[in-house]
Amino acid sequence: MNRQRLAGLIRKEFLQIRRDPSAIAIAFLLPVVLLFLFGYGVSLNAEHVPIGVVVAQPSPQSSSLVAGLQQSRYFQPRFYTSIQEARKAMMQRQVDGILWLRGPFTRTLLRGDTAQVGVFVNGVDANNARLVEGYLQGVWQNWLEQRANASGTRLLVPIQAEARIWFNPSLRSRDYLVPGLIAVIMTLIGALLTALVVAREWERGTMEALMASPVSMGEILLGKLIPYFLLGMGGMLFSVALAIGLFAVPLRGNFFVLLFFSALFLLAALGMGLLISSVARNQFVAGQVAIIVTFLPAFILSGFIFDIQSMPAPIAFMTHIIPARYFVTILQTIFLAGDIWPLFLGNGLALLLMALFFLGLTWKRSRKRLD
Amino acid sequence: MDSPLRFHQVSKSFPQGKQRIQALTQLDLCIQPGTVTGLLGPDGAGKSTLLRLAAGLLLPDTGQIQVLGQDSSARQIDLDIGYMPQRFGLYEELTVQENLDLYADLQGLDPGKRQQRQEELLRSTALGPFRDRRAGNLSGGMKQKLGLACALLRAPRLLLLDEPTVGVDPIARRELWSIIQDLKKEAVTVLMSTAYFDEAERCDEIVLLHQGRLLGQKTPADFARPLAGRCYLVPTTQRRRDSAALLQHPDILDARIVRDGVRVLIASTDAVLPNTASWQAVAPSFEDAFVSLLGTTEQRHGQAAFATPGTATEAQESVVEVHELRRCFGHFEAVKGISFQVRKGEIFGLLGANGAGKSTTFRMLCGLLAASSGTLRVAGVDMRKASSAARARIGYVSQRFSLYGNLSCGQNLQFFASAYGLGGKARRDRLEWAKEALQLREYLPINVTDLPLGIKQRLALACALLHNPPILFLDEPTSGVDPLARREFWQMINQLAAQGVTVLITTHFMDEAEYCDKLLLMSQGAVLAQGTPAEIRNQASSSESGTATNMEEAFIRLIEAQESQLRRAS
Repeated sequence: MNRQRLAGLIRKEFLQIRRDPSAIAIAFLLPVVLLFLFGYGVSLNAEHVPIGVVVAQPSPQSSSLVAGLQQSRYFQPRFYTSIQEARKAMMQRQVDGILWLRGPFTRTLLRGDTAQVGVFVNGVDANNARLVEGYLQGVWQNWLEQRANASGTRLLVPIQAEARIWFNPSLRSRDYLVPGLIAVIMTLIGALLTALVVAREWERGTMEALMASPVSMGEILLGKLIPYFLLGMGGMLFSVALAIGLFAVPLRGNFFVLLFFSALFLLAALGMGLLISSVARNQFVAGQVAIIVTFLPAFILSGFIFDIQSMPAPIAFMTHIIPARYFVTILQTIFLAGDIWPLFLGNGLALLLMALFFLGLTWKRSRKRLD
Repeated sequence: MDSPLRFHQVSKSFPQGKQRIQALTQLDLCIQPGTVTGLLGPDGAGKSTLLRLAAGLLLPDTGQIQVLGQDSSARQIDLDIGYMPQRFGLYEELTVQENLDLYADLQGLDPGKRQQRQEELLRSTALGPFRDRRAGNLSGGMKQKLGLACALLRAPRLLLLDEPTVGVDPIARRELWSIIQDLKKEAVTVLMSTAYFDEAERCDEIVLLHQGRLLGQKTPADFARPLAGRCYLVPTTQRRRDSAALLQHPDILDARIVRDGVRVLIASTDAVLPNTASWQAVAPSFEDAFVSLLGTTEQRHGQAAFATPGTATEAQESVVEVHELRRCFGHFEAVKGISFQVRKGEIFGLLGANGAGKSTTFRMLCGLLAASSGTLRVAGVDMRKASSAARARIGYVSQRFSLYGNLSCGQNLQFFASAYGLGGKARRDRLEWAKEALQLREYLPINVTDLPLGIKQRLALACALLHNPPILFLDEPTSGVDPLARREFWQMINQLAAQGVTVLITTHFMDEAEYCDKLLLMSQGAVLAQGTPAEIRNQASSSESGTATNMEEAFIRLIEAQESQLRRAS
């Protein structure tokens, strides 16, 4: 290992990063776009769901139920005069559900009998449908309680559930999406960008010229590893700053622990990027392979959006070979729950093994030859 | 002194699909120290493989390679070897100075000595004024010079160059060559591959390869010697017609167009030839030796498929008229108001240094790029108004051939026939013609990626000619193509012109300029000279002392005269 040669390679890499707009875009612009998209744009909570309300015979009782709906932040009621009209609105996706109070509703209620309410939910988006159904029941429940309080009696419920939500009490999906996003961003820099820039050296013939110089293969690899490690950590710090400063995501764990595990994950990602580029020697193929084997799994199979436990068993099993899975778990824990070492150790060990595996394989595969 | 590079029974093969392609077969080679050795051979002869083996970038399958006294398999890539690949690895985002700094670091150049060495190299390559320019913004010739400078930073003892002058204009080529000659004084051994015969003539020795085997290693003069008495100059003014006619003769191996007529190589000294009274015996050159050793007779069979030559119409009508054509890119004026005319059936050559505006002019003529101002009529159609109408009447072969690499040769032909809207009998006839006249039949099932460059070039020409266009545009069609393929290509172009097809062509090979009826010499977006090859040579001769003996010299003189004028003006 020669200091002068390594320094020359690293200086070159930084000059290239500075002058190549596409590297800057992947390292800094893409994180901003993703953070804004997932911080502001995507929300897994159902809020302001448009819901159609059909009241056949308006009465004080029906009004108070509808008022409950109007006050809820989950719903945005729209009124229709007939069920046919409401059904048409649902077909056109103007509303996601219908609440139908039939003609005999008030009469039955006043008689003291059990009144029936029609609820229709658009089940095309199953997830959303379940949420709407649940929220509607909540509104219904509230209304019943209020009625009972007003008449001075207590609503008889055999079991009272006292629910507490831990770690993310306001149930903001942003709080758990944004930390997971950091794993995706670091995969982009570590694997995609690195695979692309090495493939570019092959494509432009610079790799052949490098190999014909006295540089050793270890120096070439380190000359890529060090700059993109720094760039990746930069992207990580930038994302953490945005997460805490802009999106008000709490960081409950230790910042240095976060830094440590990020570095570990980044090494694994860099190892994958370098490994891909030792196989795919043109940018197009390298980009495709990197997206399919690193970026998409980090997005879909890491537990960043979709819960791993609810995946079918074979797919849930497959997630074990994806480094982002371990890192997303660590990230979500560090941000929302704090330093939980038993969990960190297992996941950290997995990251360490993967980093060693990918970097080791790259090292073994790299020979200073063209064939 | 011991040989700096010695090959002993070296074989190397590469996997391709299921088979292995044999690149070099049992090659023995010994390079003399302190010489410049030229490496020549057709495409696929194994030149690049040989150089990469010598640089230690590939290992031989069998045999030994000794480089500077060490075995190449045991040796780490040495500080004493300079290697410049065909496309030298310059970092395009880095400036000239930064590239030099990087390679100085990589070659472990002492920071103290570095500056002095870099200054020396910047001076000899004349890149000094451009040290802060990004490598990506340099012209092709300047890039090659910078690549050479990077390979020379640590004054190597053995320098390996892979076609350093390909795609480089005559001026930059001359500069590169003078740098290489200077290295000889420093006792550097140089092994370089080249496609230029004038460069080969200047080498101390030539290694001639063919299909991975050594055909000979001798001085250029020794190569030419056996051909004594077989080379003649046939003085004529109808050079194209006569060369085509001469080639029909079975005893004539080569008939190439030169300054004063046609240069003929006959098969043997006792060949029976018609009316040789006016023929002048000339000394054989290495080029003649190359043709006689490697030339096949294949090319002449194909020619019969073209219509009979020698019936060129003497029509005077202009098919391309350009007046005050201008094109700006932002503030940069790439083409500065040029005017010229091309008559029907002419071969019109557009020459100029890298970045002179040739390709820009070409793209405007083909309607691929809008002109900023001026008039432009091609085949009677105003290109600025109805370029698509004219496009059906032109064929265009771009620098990179624009073929589909993963389609076979035949599929490419089918596709282009469809793209030009050919159907029924016309389609069948033209496809048949293409396969026959351009000798593509045996290559039909092969994917284009796997074809040699010369065949790709023929296929690209076939595709551009499928719709029988009266005007053909060729943008540097022969760059990087080996000498024999280049010859065949020009014979086809001659045939086309003889049939009345108008051909516009750009080229870097000045010997090819002699094949043209008219030439337009461009420099920095403006017309420097135009006329017949003889007129251009005369123009160069009168402006300087002495006559310009060949087109290359004329070209360099005219451009230098203009540059010194510009310098005086500023």
